[in-house]
Amino acid sequence: MNDVEEGFFFLTGKDFTNAGVASSSLKGVLERRGVQQDIIRRTAIAAFEAEMNVIIYAVAGMMKYRITDTEICVTIQDMGQGIPNIELAMTEGYSTAPDYIREMGFGSGMGLPNIKKSTDKLVVSSVVGEGTTLELVIFLKKEE
Amino acid sequence: MTLIEILDILNARVLTHPVTLQKTVDNAYCADLMSDVLSFSITKSLLVTGLTNAQVIRTAEMAAIEVIIFIQGKRPESQTIKLAEEKHIPLLVTDLSMFDTCGRLYERGLRSQVHHLNQSPIETCRTKSL
Repeated sequence: MNDVEEGFFFLTGKDFTNAGVASSSLKGVLERRGVQQDIIRRTAIAAFEAEMNVIIYAVAGMMKYRITDTEICVTIQDMGQGIPNIELAMTEGYSTAPDYIREMGFGSGMGLPNIKKSTDKLVVSSVVGEGTTLELVIFLKKEE
Repeated sequence: MTLIEILDILNARVLTHPVTLQKTVDNAYCADLMSDVLSFSITKSLLVTGLTNAQVIRTAEMAAIEVIIFIQGKRPESQTIKLAEEKHIPLLVTDLSMFDTCGRLYERGLRSQVHHLNQSPIETCRTKSL
C-alpha cells in the first residue's frame, strides 16, 4: 500500500443518536486497509472521545482523516465554546460537563487525557468563543 | 469463559440475535463511565455495566469489547439492541446487582487483565488536582 486515503465526516452538536458514527466509519476504513488491530483500537478510541466532545460541547464540527503509509492523521475541528485553559482540560478528572452528559457515561474528565494516551502526537488549539481543533497522529508501526 | 457459562453463572438472558454461545471472553471490566472503559486496552473482554444507552455500544465497538452484560434487569431500547446486532456485539441481561455479577464471575475465575494505554500518570494527576 502506498496510497494516501483522505475523507471527512460532519458532526452535529447534541445529536446523540448519531454520536459515534464518524468514528465507527473511520474504524471501518482502517479495517478495510488491514491496519493492525491495536492501532485501529487506539485510533477509534481517540476519534470517538474527540467526536463525543464535539457532540457534547459544540454546535457543529468536522472530522477529517488522512492515512498514509506511515501515519494516521485525524483532525477534529469544531465551532464551539472553546477551551479557556487547555492544561486544566488535559487533567484527568477535570470536567465541565453538565449532569445529563454524565448520566450518559461521559463527561468524567477523561476525554482529552484518553485521547493523549491513545495517540502518538496531539495538538490542541482553541479560541474561546470560536472553537477547538484537535490534531491527532497515530504512527503505523513499521520496522520499530 | 464462554457465553453459555456466563449465562448460567448469572442466570442471564440474551438480548441480541443471532448469538454464538461458544464465543469466549478472557477479561472483564465493569464501569458506568464510558471514558473509564476507553482508558484501558483490553482484548476479548466482557463489559459489565448499568448504563443502557447507545453510547455503550459505540464505546464497546471502539474499545473492541466483545460482550456486554447489563445488570439489575436493565434493558436497552430496541434501537440500541439493533445497533449491537449490527456490530455483532452480544448483549446479555441479568437481574443481579453489579456487585453480585462481578463477584460471581470472579469466583468462577474470570479476571480483569487490563493494562493502561501507556503509563498512566496517576501520581501526577493527584498532585495536579490538589
